[in-house]
Amino acid sequence: MSFWEYANPVKFIRTTDKVLPWVWALTGISLVTGLVWGFFFTPDDFRQGSTVKIIYIHVPSALMAINAWLMMLVASLIWIVRRHHVSALAARAAAPVGAVMTLIALATGAFWGQPMWGTWWAWDPRLTSFLILFLFYLGYMALWEAIENDDTAADLTSILCLVGSVFAILSRYAVNFWNQGLHQGATLSLDKEENISDVFWFPLLVCIAGFVLLFIALVFLRTQTEIRARRTRALLAREGQA
Amino acid sequence: MMPDLGKYAFAVLSSYGVTIVLLAVIVLVSVWRARKVKTALDEIENRRGS
Repeated sequence: MSFWEYANPVKFIRTTDKVLPWVWALTGISLVTGLVWGFFFTPDDFRQGSTVKIIYIHVPSALMAINAWLMMLVASLIWIVRRHHVSALAARAAAPVGAVMTLIALATGAFWGQPMWGTWWAWDPRLTSFLILFLFYLGYMALWEAIENDDTAADLTSILCLVGSVFAILSRYAVNFWNQGLHQGATLSLDKEENISDVFWFPLLVCIAGFVLLFIALVFLRTQTEIRARRTRALLAREGQA
Repeated sequence: MMPDLGKYAFAVLSSYGVTIVLLAVIVLVSVWRARKVKTALDEIENRRGS
């Protein structure tokens, strides 16, 4: 069995229909477990107090904001090289989910920043590149809506996605590139010196798993919708010609 | 049961509130649109089939 079989829209819908209930169930279990564990059963940080509880939503959403764009990049490259409609539609389906993740990361970052840094916002390299990434998400979605022909829209949005990837990568490594600003370095580093304590680390891992699964569930569902919407447009166009 | 969030209660609760609302919106909108589009396609296919 080849991976490319899933480029067939019927096969994609049939397979994801079978998988989706399991993904939704696992998403619910891991999100509820991770968030309840993190919020109710972890101690305050000795320096940041109870604001450390924001980590269970801020880090997973920031991670997904970047990785959603990277998933869109891979799907766009598949479209450019192999012209599989499902991959272009999967990229389109992922964009609003990625935008919401970016917005959550920005909002929770502001709520966390205010008591810790004394400001809601700073033109810090990581914060700024995240804001630009959010604007790229909005532009990407607007471009899909603005162009009537699906193939042309897929071509142009794929190019935009390639350009935006610079900011997706930059938002991950901005802290390393420019050693300045307020934002800390990697939270999930495996370096013992830099890494967070296990008491925060384990519930955080469960929350990350929950956010990843939620992303997968939403992208499957939304890609099915985009495939059906495309077929509806094609059938209506045929009826109009007849 | 509710942990004592102290002077940071606003920051923590607002963060969780915004996150829950935004996640609920994207999930509900996605499910609603999925149902709407599926119903519309089924109608067209049934019309063409009959």
